Amino acid sequence: MAGPLEQFEVNTIVPLEVAGYDISITNSAVYMAITLLTIMFFMVGGMRKTALVPGRWQSSVEMCYEFIAKMLGDTAGPDGRKYFPFVFTLFMFILAANLIGMVPWVHAFTVTSHIAVTFAMAFFIFIGVTIIGFIKHGIGFLKFFVPGDAPVALLPLLVVIEVVSYLSRPISLSVRLFANMVAGHTMLKVFGGFVVSLAAAGGVLAVGSIVPFAFIVALTGLELLVACLQAYVFAVLTCIYLNDALHMH
Amino acid sequence: MEMEIATLAANADVQAARYIGAGLACTALIGAGVGIGVIFGNYVSAAIRNPSAAGPVFGQAMLGFALAEATGLFGLVIAFIILFV
Repeated sequence: MAGPLEQFEVNTIVPLEVAGYDISITNSAVYMAITLLTIMFFMVGGMRKTALVPGRWQSSVEMCYEFIAKMLGDTAGPDGRKYFPFVFTLFMFILAANLIGMVPWVHAFTVTSHIAVTFAMAFFIFIGVTIIGFIKHGIGFLKFFVPGDAPVALLPLLVVIEVVSYLSRPISLSVRLFANMVAGHTMLKVFGGFVVSLAAAGGVLAVGSIVPFAFIVALTGLELLVACLQAYVFAVLTCIYLNDALHMH
Repeated sequence: MEMEIATLAANADVQAARYIGAGLACTALIGAGVGIGVIFGNYVSAAIRNPSAAGPVFGQAMLGFALAEATGLFGLVIAFIILFV
């Protein structure tokens, strides 16, 4: 029987190589494509017959739009409006990737359960936000690391602490999403293993296998909540970092 | 022969130390549990005092929950790194 961590293995499906770089089509790439197609189907399908009084599908598409627009407006102000397509794409991609990983029967692969994927997203957000800060404020963006009204004697220490905490943003952003996905899915597989072991033991223990099964049902509910919540938290923190770059403190 | 037994014993010791280290790293989740409890305890008691103000703050309660959980899960990631890397 496979261990609980085998669900995170990346298997190549179609080996491809270009100039020494391995660009094979893996199960991770296939699931990213499925995520993309799901989002496109949801968005384009909902806005097909647009009516002034929206039907159910159009209403859900508009709810997603409004949710992110409101969040971006609340955290980043009117300046942040032009970054809406990016934040919306980010939120929908992470949400769809997390939720598609929860589909039970087909051994779905969770794209965001790899630190490579989440760190790539967080790193580029960090670089992008820092560049936006430097473009908007010039070299004065460095004043962001000097908290106002601080005693001058403490400044060297404070600046070091502020810089370190700023540099830890991409790490915390990526590890938060990665760890939540890995921990959740590993727990589900471990309890799944318990159910199978108890059921195979036969007799009284087979009846007892209902207990870990009930726990799996509860845990799946929690994991669905965590999937949506982690997408929201990733997007909201991106907006907060954007606000820090656009309007320092 | 003695060198092989010694390296085998050393490897078994390293593996045992890995398991102990992973178990110790998981104690970070105590903090996660306490933090989540504090956030939602405060949210619920504030919601009981002022139910109409509880709705708009729910988003920040969820953000706080995710941030508190994240630090606990950093410890879990260290545990995985110790075990498997």
